[in-house]
Amino acid sequence: MSSLRLHVNGEEVEAEAWEGESLLYFLREGLGRFGSKNACEQGECGSCSVLLDGRLVCACLVLAAAAAGSEIVTIEGLAGDPITAAVQRAMVEAGGVQCGFCTPGFVVSLADLLRRNRNPDEYELREALSGNLCRCTGYLRIFEAARRAAAELRA
Amino acid sequence: MPELRTRGRVGESVPRPDAPAKVRGDFSFGSDLVAPGMLYAKTLRSPHAHALIRSLDVAQAISMPGVRAVLTAADLPGVRLFSLHDPPDQPVLVGVGEEVRYAGEPVAVVAADHPEQARRAAAAIEADYELLPALTDPVEAIRAGSVLRELLIRRGDPEARAEVVVDGYYELGQQDQAPLGPEAGLAVPAGDGSVDLHVATQALHVDLGQVEACLALRPGAVRLHLAGVGGAFGAREDLSIHIHACLLALRTGRPVKMWYGREESFVGHVHRHPAQMWYSTGADRSGALVFVRATIVLDGGAYASSSGAVTANAACFGAGPYRVPNALVWSGAARTNSVPNGAMRGFGAVQTCFAHESQMDALAARLGMDPVQLRLKNALRSGEQLITGQRVTGAAPLEELIRLCAELPEPARSGHRLSLPGGAGNVAEAANVVRATGFAVGFKNIAYSEGHDDYSTARVRLERGPDGRALASIKTAASEVGQGVVTITQQIARTELGVEEVVSLPADTTVGDAGSSSASRQTWMTGSAVQLASRRVAEEVLRRAGPPARSLDAGQVLDAEGMALAPIELFLEEPIEREFEYHHRPTSGLNPEGQGDAHVSFMFVAHRATVDVDPEAGLARVVEVATAQDVGKALNPLQVHGQIEGGIAQGVGMATMEEIKQREGKILNASFTDYIIPTALDMPAVSSILVEEPEPDAPYGAKGVGEPPLISSPAAIAAALRAATGRRLGRLPVSPDELAGLAECEPDWEVTPGVSPSDGRRRQR
Ligand code: FES
Ligand code: FES
Repeated sequence: MSSLRLHVNGEEVEAEAWEGESLLYFLREGLGRFGSKNACEQGECGSCSVLLDGRLVCACLVLAAAAAGSEIVTIEGLAGDPITAAVQRAMVEAGGVQCGFCTPGFVVSLADLLRRNRNPDEYELREALSGNLCRCTGYLRIFEAARRAAAELRA
Repeated sequence: MPELRTRGRVGESVPRPDAPAKVRGDFSFGSDLVAPGMLYAKTLRSPHAHALIRSLDVAQAISMPGVRAVLTAADLPGVRLFSLHDPPDQPVLVGVGEEVRYAGEPVAVVAADHPEQARRAAAAIEADYELLPALTDPVEAIRAGSVLRELLIRRGDPEARAEVVVDGYYELGQQDQAPLGPEAGLAVPAGDGSVDLHVATQALHVDLGQVEACLALRPGAVRLHLAGVGGAFGAREDLSIHIHACLLALRTGRPVKMWYGREESFVGHVHRHPAQMWYSTGADRSGALVFVRATIVLDGGAYASSSGAVTANAACFGAGPYRVPNALVWSGAARTNSVPNGAMRGFGAVQTCFAHESQMDALAARLGMDPVQLRLKNALRSGEQLITGQRVTGAAPLEELIRLCAELPEPARSGHRLSLPGGAGNVAEAANVVRATGFAVGFKNIAYSEGHDDYSTARVRLERGPDGRALASIKTAASEVGQGVVTITQQIARTELGVEEVVSLPADTTVGDAGSSSASRQTWMTGSAVQLASRRVAEEVLRRAGPPARSLDAGQVLDAEGMALAPIELFLEEPIEREFEYHHRPTSGLNPEGQGDAHVSFMFVAHRATVDVDPEAGLARVVEVATAQDVGKALNPLQVHGQIEGGIAQGVGMATMEEIKQREGKILNASFTDYIIPTALDMPAVSSILVEEPEPDAPYGAKGVGEPPLISSPAAIAAALRAATGRRLGRLPVSPDELAGLAECEPDWEVTPGVSPSDGRRRQR
């Protein structure tokens, strides 16, 4: 174990880490930021989606040590972001949430999409979300949430 | 004067109360828990499907850095077996001199400061196995007498003859529930030798009984608390980390956190029973069914779990929701050396629905009849009998469902490249794409059957909240697994109490049993308990208010004319608390002929699937699933549609892509890379109609809604794929090879439908 310093959500943070620990593990168990979820830890589900220097990545596929020097933003760090807030409101109202395990990952991905594209068509939406698995909702209400959030942001 | 009306009552699309925390990432799931001084635990599992453990050496493991405890079967203090089944048959840990019966069975558990230390220590345990032959063919197992349950349903003349007869053989692969949240929990030892287990589960009290027996502590020394549950679908009915985490916490005196990685999860919970089904269906020339004969073989895996109830469901619903005067159905679950199979959404009805609906289509083709008309002609009505002799006394709007579903407009064609079968990277040729539709209906029981005393408990309290206004709180042990029972019970309390401020207290075992969040039962069972407890609270408010008080609404006590007399909080100087234990109407067992009033109520559903197929490339896309569902009353339409869409997504998976592959009892695709579930690109459009015919006895007439979306959607998709390709497609999930005509599902055994496979013969190829 050795000490690891990272920039997370605008703060300099430090905790003990095992070499080979994933960024996801470090965020969750090392720093106690459990908003990023651990559905597969294999890079297949997007429940651990975070922004690494503004790029959408699966935190379970990034070595914690390799993230040193990068700016990491998690679902918790998006709290004040108006695009994220619109997505969150729409997810609640449109019924895009059931068990909620996939939800933080979808919120991070959707906010990332809407930051780049305020008017995604159905296929852009589906493609952008194809890296996020949801087992409960069948996705359709998440698409609806995306459309509502996009409309609100365009208004 | 404006009408006084409480907002957020039953019938409204109220958003989930836990959704705001979930979208912020603040909602705490089983794997998000922490406690000071916490250790992490890992499990050593057998790599062999069947073997004798000759020895286990933990000496090296225990001396490794950070390791705090290594436990084997020799350390078990209490009953060594657990199960949903009575008597229990599944070892907590398999010990020296005992046999492991499936690949992935737990042999030892380790607690350490860091999960990587625990993993390494588990790997350093030296286990010496003597390999034994693995029994993996369920028919062979049944012939050898390795049977978890078998039963026969005999109705009318078992040898009835018919003018038109179709025979068919069908198979269904092993589906994983694949909830996104892993099995997870945290066991916290208290100083007095007791323990608190926070765990993601479907049924706290069902778990509690099993955990208590295995820990051998004094009564009341184990307390279970519901941790956030990341989906369930049947995967959390059986125990996972429960006993192991408690044992390690009690041994080390420190909190122990445990979760399974995705690969481990595939052996850490039961799956949907794979099925082999031999059917013979007879009708007269008008299409009226004369008989159904069927043999249903389910692979139960190594331990009993809920195989018994699944076997009964497969049989009871095996002839479909039709008038069938003569039936002979043999249904059995084999004990094999596979990971145990048990509960998954649809619970036995999904398997046989695929078979009986495929048979109906074959029959329609032989009769030259429209498949929808054939179903309408035979559709069961209220007052008629199932093949178990049970008369359906409640709502059975099947004919209406069939008509409404068939009449829904068909989807338009999209020209987008992503809409082609195979999607973006596809090789489908737009010119080759064939569009077709398929139709299927299904039904299933709600709640527990076969004489089980099924009940749920609720405690409802009404008091002055921090702002002085009336505040209601609901306490139950019902598991919120994503299905929305928290939303529904709050709506019920608002409706009955006329109070908008309602909170749900954490679910734990300090209140009476609520039963499992399974069998589409919580709306009915816990919904009824909350409704009846709330009514008793409301009666007390009215008693305190005295005449002319008659009812409660919008925070007010009202008179007979609906005029407000006083705010409810005026009568809450003393809080009011009432508890209610609701039992559903008793059911009976099945007699040796498989006859009996075994079920309390039924849910019906119809699905129409539209597919686009490139038959040459073996590529298919499910374009749309239309559905009409018998819901009794939609207490929250938004949530009902959410259940329908989510269930259909799992149906698309079952029909077209999801299957656990095994070789010699070992799972070959234990990851989301290799076990594929539908993504945002695969999800079809869904158009749905809710048919609201109130069910007597159910709260507000509401039936369960969770399972029907997955019962007949796979069968409808299979029918559409057959219509597009002209292929037989006797197996789900349908493979590209079968679509392209390069492979066909054939039985290994010749079995006479309705007869035990013990009398069958291995087929010569
Ligand atoms: S947990 Fe990282 S992609 Fe699934
Ligand atoms: S809401 Fe449960 S996985 Fe998406």
